[in-house]
Amino acid sequence: MINLKVNGISVSVPDGSTILQAAKAANVEIPTLCYLSGVNCAGSCRMCVVEATGARGLVAACVYPAAEGMEVQTNTAKCRRSRKMTLELLLSSHKKKCLSCERSRTCELQRLCLEYGADEDKFDAEKPNTPLDTSSPFMIRDNDKCINCRRCVAACKNLQAVEAIGAIGRGYAVHIGSAFERPVIESPCVGCGQCIVACPTGALIEKSDVDKVWKAISDPDKKVVFFTAPSVRATLGEEFDYPVGTNVEGKMVAAIRRLGNVEVYNMDVTADLTILEEANELIDRVVNKKKPLPMFTSCCPGWIKFVEHNYPDMLDNLSSCKSPQQMFGAVLKTYYCEKNGIDPKDLFVVSVIPCTAKKFEVTRSEFDYDVDVAITTRELAKMIRTAGINFSELPAEKYDDPFRIATGGGAIFGATGGVMEAALRTAAHILDGKCELVDFKEVRGTEPIKEATYNVAGVTVKVAVASGLANARRIMDAIKSGEKDYMFVEIMACPGGCVNGGGQPSLPDSVRNWTDLKTLRARALYNYDEASEYRKSHDSPVVKMLYDEYFGAPNSHKAHEVLHTSYVPREKY
Amino acid sequence: MEGNVPAFEGTAEQAAALRKVIEERKTQPGCLMRVLQEAQDIYGYLPKEVQIMIADGLGISLSEVYGVATFYTQFSLMPKGRHRISLCLGTACYVKGADKILEALEEKLGIKCGECTPDGLFSLDSCRCVGACGLAPVMMIDDDVHGKLTVEMLDGILDSYREGK
Amino acid sequence: MTVEQLNAIKAKHADLIKVRKLIGKAGADLEKNTGYRKQVLVCGGTGCTSSHSGEVIAQLEKSLAAHGIKDVLVIKTGCFGLCALGPIMIVYPEGAFYSQMTPEHVETIVEKHLLPGGDVVKELLYEGTVMPDGSILPFAETPFYKKQRRIALRNCGVIEAENIEEAIGAGDYQALAKVLTSMTPDDVLAELNTSGLCGRGGAGFPTGRKWAFAKASQSDVKYVCCNADEGDPGAFMDRSILEGDPHCVLEAMAIAGYTIGSNQGYIYVRAEYPIAVQRLTIAIKQAREYGLLGKNIFGTGFDFDVDIRLGAGAFVCGEETALMTSIEGHRGEPRPRPPFPAVKGLFGKPTILNNVETWANINPIILKGGKWYSTIGTETSKGTKVFALGGKITNVGLVEVPMGTTLRTIVEEIGGGIPNGKKFKAAQTGGPSGGCIPASCLDIPIDYDNLKKIGSMMGSGGMIILDEDTCMVDISKFYLEFTADESCGKCNPCRIGTKRLLELLTKITKGQGEPEDLDKIKELAEHMKSSSLCALGQSAPNPVLSTIRYFEDEYKAHIYDKTCPAGVCKALLSYSIVADKCKGCTLCARNCPVSAISGKVREPHVIDTKKCIKCGVCITNCRFGAIVKK
Ligand SMILES: Cc1cc2nc3c(=O)[nH]c(=O)nc-3n(C[C@H](O)[C@H](O)[C@H](O)COP(=O)(O)O)c2cc1C
Ligand code: SF4
Ligand code: SF4
Ligand code: SF4
Ligand code: SF4
Ligand code: SF4
Ligand code: SF4
Ligand code: SF4
Ligand code: SF4
Ligand code: FES
Ligand code: FES
Ligand code: FES
Repeated sequence: MINLKVNGISVSVPDGSTILQAAKAANVEIPTLCYLSGVNCAGSCRMCVVEATGARGLVAACVYPAAEGMEVQTNTAKCRRSRKMTLELLLSSHKKKCLSCERSRTCELQRLCLEYGADEDKFDAEKPNTPLDTSSPFMIRDNDKCINCRRCVAACKNLQAVEAIGAIGRGYAVHIGSAFERPVIESPCVGCGQCIVACPTGALIEKSDVDKVWKAISDPDKKVVFFTAPSVRATLGEEFDYPVGTNVEGKMVAAIRRLGNVEVYNMDVTADLTILEEANELIDRVVNKKKPLPMFTSCCPGWIKFVEHNYPDMLDNLSSCKSPQQMFGAVLKTYYCEKNGIDPKDLFVVSVIPCTAKKFEVTRSEFDYDVDVAITTRELAKMIRTAGINFSELPAEKYDDPFRIATGGGAIFGATGGVMEAALRTAAHILDGKCELVDFKEVRGTEPIKEATYNVAGVTVKVAVASGLANARRIMDAIKSGEKDYMFVEIMACPGGCVNGGGQPSLPDSVRNWTDLKTLRARALYNYDEASEYRKSHDSPVVKMLYDEYFGAPNSHKAHEVLHTSYVPREKY
Repeated sequence: MEGNVPAFEGTAEQAAALRKVIEERKTQPGCLMRVLQEAQDIYGYLPKEVQIMIADGLGISLSEVYGVATFYTQFSLMPKGRHRISLCLGTACYVKGADKILEALEEKLGIKCGECTPDGLFSLDSCRCVGACGLAPVMMIDDDVHGKLTVEMLDGILDSYREGK
Repeated sequence: MTVEQLNAIKAKHADLIKVRKLIGKAGADLEKNTGYRKQVLVCGGTGCTSSHSGEVIAQLEKSLAAHGIKDVLVIKTGCFGLCALGPIMIVYPEGAFYSQMTPEHVETIVEKHLLPGGDVVKELLYEGTVMPDGSILPFAETPFYKKQRRIALRNCGVIEAENIEEAIGAGDYQALAKVLTSMTPDDVLAELNTSGLCGRGGAGFPTGRKWAFAKASQSDVKYVCCNADEGDPGAFMDRSILEGDPHCVLEAMAIAGYTIGSNQGYIYVRAEYPIAVQRLTIAIKQAREYGLLGKNIFGTGFDFDVDIRLGAGAFVCGEETALMTSIEGHRGEPRPRPPFPAVKGLFGKPTILNNVETWANINPIILKGGKWYSTIGTETSKGTKVFALGGKITNVGLVEVPMGTTLRTIVEEIGGGIPNGKKFKAAQTGGPSGGCIPASCLDIPIDYDNLKKIGSMMGSGGMIILDEDTCMVDISKFYLEFTADESCGKCNPCRIGTKRLLELLTKITKGQGEPEDLDKIKELAEHMKSSSLCALGQSAPNPVLSTIRYFEDEYKAHIYDKTCPAGVCKALLSYSIVADKCKGCTLCARNCPVSAISGKVREPHVIDTKKCIKCGVCITNCRFGAIVKK
């Protein structure tokens, strides 16, 4: 342990701690901009400067090691002056469009400027004038709001191993972008949005589809249906100041219903459906050996695009199941429309998802707009605010029938390991009719890579679970080299799974650096699972109804037509 | 960047030479810069196609390769002239009037610093000190250093390269 | 190779080299000991090479052959220091110092001097060596050389750099032999600490302490790096050492390897130095062949090898952490310290990095002792420093003087004063990180501390002399342009700060400066100094701050009076013709590129200031001094 003083307060911190961590232990906040715990630690923005004994000048608290007997001052005139000047320099090349900026209110730069009284006109400088990159369906890059903190670059490299973006050029001209300044859509970006949630400013935001939804709602000829992905219930509350990890399902449903004349469905239903299709597909692969093992889950579109770019030779290992989002859209535009006599053209399907990659997914040509629009948790919150709905005062309401009831197995799809666990519950049942196993705790938790071996009805099932594409890459390379040999592998592009998706609420680094978002949010889903009436996907009455009324059996011809898909190899660069 | 880069005209020999460089260097830690330098020697510049070959060959992401290529002034994404003029704007040369030489060169060649003449003969760049400060002001044309420059000398020097040296 | 073999090679070449070390003093008995009647040393440094010393050597060899002369040894050396007068050629045993050689001169010298019975050709000697009475002064006695003391440059201009045997003959690798066979790593550290040697690359950190830190770090792999990036524009001592005596660097790196426990060295050298790179490559190859690099050196079981890495045009890569990042193959962006490289450096391993000139001092310290070294210099700064003297000074070149030599000695004696009868205005030291020293500080002994006190720094030793025609606002703008260009762009105070500072200075030189701009400049400069990540940003404002400190009036003249006292800032100048002095010769009018001058023959001319683009052509043309710029 190291003993030191921060602003006169004595603290003991573990060896290897930084001044920033020591200050936190003393309950002293130091402003940060480029530091993002577990993602980026470059000491480059110079916002966190402090005075420390034994150091010349000011030092960056986020990288400077705490030392025995050190005395740190974080709030001297010198520190404040420097931070203010850093902000004023940033503002001199900034677009300063707070009034209409998507991140106004949650922008870390804006908050600090206010706190330090930065003068946005301190320096005369030419107005920045870089064109927006709106090329992709999921993201807008506005480099004139970029402060070059490189949290996005670090997220894309360290968490995702995609490296679609990087720092380009030198000196004042440094900017973030794809190689050869290509627009996002022409890069190997998988659309996961981890860069967006890492960004402290409005430089990276999702491409908003809110207006399309409003337009459909006010169109008398359209029937508008919403469905919400499993993890949204666990995160939407953050937008309305609920503690991280609060399940707000009931209020969420009530709020959506108040957006207009819409139906609200539960996407967990098609998560259950996915499990039935996928578990049967797996067993088919094991028994009939027509398609290769290991089989990979296919519910994460970020992961799918990653495989298409980086491992085009392994597309056959991906389960052919559509993602729950696309299954839901497909079920609505086939079964549901047929049953209710609706022309699919008049049905406007909105999915509410934690994910920017799903915005790309809905535009994939093979899906022919089964889902019309996908909006993120953040966009839904914005609609709720625009509609003047007082979220915290809402009653808890239930989803609409017929897609109301789902299982805990479907709900845990939102956390890493959840798909695997739900699939194992069902596979065990299929293989061994009587298996009562429900909890597969080995595959839970936020460790980067989890492995487990189960013996189900005499079959040895070796599985692996990874989240974060950097970990996915490690697994893929281990499989390719023959070092590892699994039967079934679950991959989620976002570290921790969809609870930590690129469309989830933007929390500032002052929260993210000290809070384990992934675990808290996932806990809400596991609690939900525990309390559910049904916990195994194959027990879901809605899924049974779908097979009885429409698909017949899992992997039937009809099911293949509607619920399965194929993939395309893409360029590596 | 993209728009005005001329179409890539790499030959099979150049590609083979580059592949050889990549094979040789691949196992050395931190070889990217060396490979870029040798690739630029082979092709004269670092077009996209070449950077992709390097990224692929070394197993490094293209954005990393591009980030490095745009960081160092030695690397060029555009073809250079047959003769590369590099005028020193280091302190010793500046104090001795290098800025006037630059103006004159720009006028004589009809291009700005950083550009290439339309006939592809000369490209003009500035650099910071070639370590021949004793002869300031100085310019390098290809690997030759020309020192104690005066505006009057320029025509003669340029002509000696025009005459197909 | 064994130490005995090394000594045998040394002995073989000793007599030849002994004569050359006389630096222009006549040496007797050359023929008796060596079998050569004469030795001709031609400089093959960058300066002289670009003044075509290659042709000089070719011509020399050709004419010697044509005359059938075989007992004259021709050697291509590194820089003698007087590069502006190159190509330089010295003939021993007379010690005749010829300058500005051409192939024609060579022909004359061969015929009149080198043929048997010939004698020195006085007309072609460096004029500094010819006394008014016609007697010849040895080069070592000339004002340029006399106050110098060559330790780091000891072999530059003395040996043939591409020949390892000559290097050995001049004493290279003797220190390595001594260290490996008779000293412990701690002995080496003790010697270094006694010497008081501090890094010559800029920061002036004590070399012994740096090595001790790296020695103390526990690791199976450690690295030794040589900083040959020499980014300071106007400095070229590292280049000259690498071109003139590359082996002294390799030797010293091996000594460091032995001391800290490292077997691998890297030399990071600028790609703009092709000759230096080539000589280093040759030197490494030869050292490996002779067993002076590689496995089991001198049979002691110590292994050490060296690799070259080329820079690619980024000044910031001279900064130690950026240099390591660059060797690792990335964008050369500095990393925060701590951890210091001695703990976590290249590839995450303990690493030491020293500057070329620092390395060049190791051999003499080991051989002659740290105590001897510490007698040279001042209380706080030991040894000598090489300066690259440039700008508005008569003797442009490399000089090595003991620490504590005054600026006046360097400028007026060694440098021969300011040419064209102009007045000294300031000396710029420390390059883009340093400052400008005004005339009032000419008598301060130069060492690390004193330079810092007067607002400049030692830096790597670039010393640019500025005369009265230099505008100090313009010169600080020049440096800011440099640092803004070379900022890596990683941290905000420097990435944006250099740009904004440059804009403020540009505004002032354009005559648009406002009174509050000076305060803004100072405030921003303070911010960059205190808060930038690396020393580039921290020191980038130094040229501005030091010129404001000594020449604030000049800034004020630009801001309040909208004039540039030195007549440099174009926007603030106007050209006019003094009617009384104008003879109406029309020369100016005929040469004005924009036809801004009108007037009849033999009548006073006038300049149309609206048309004039302030190119200055007319002023250089007028033989009657009738044109003035204000
Ligand atoms: C921006 C910057 C540029 C530098 N450039 C050089 C250089 O070109 N050569 C050099 O030897 N040191 C340079 N230095 C200093 C090095 O960082 C380092 O202090 C030095 O090489 C250490 O060697 P020394 O202790 O022998 O001086 C530079 C420092 C900075 C901050
Ligand atoms: S990024 Fe932040 S500071 Fe910039 S315009 Fe948006 S809200 Fe304002
Ligand atoms: S906060 Fe002030 S400036 Fe901003 S919109 Fe409101 S009134 Fe206008
Ligand atoms: S969306 Fe994901 S893959 Fe694309 S740039 Fe951002 S982090 Fe990288
Ligand atoms: S886009 Fe956002 S995260 Fe990326 S560097 Fe700019 S401000 Fe930082
Ligand atoms: S993990 Fe979830 S949120 Fe992230 S890309 Fe995949 S589906 Fe989207
Ligand atoms: S001070 Fe300048 S050169 Fe150094 S890290 Fe910051 S931006 Fe880069
Ligand atoms: S300064 Fe140049 S443009 Fe002006 S009058 Fe003289 S020659 Fe003509
Ligand atoms: S050159 Fe001088 S003297 Fe002749 S016309 Fe011009 S100003 Fe008059
Ligand atoms: S430098 Fe510490 S947060 Fe950016
Ligand atoms: S400053 Fe021009 S060569 Fe050094
Ligand atoms: S290069 Fe020849 S004297 Fe310096």
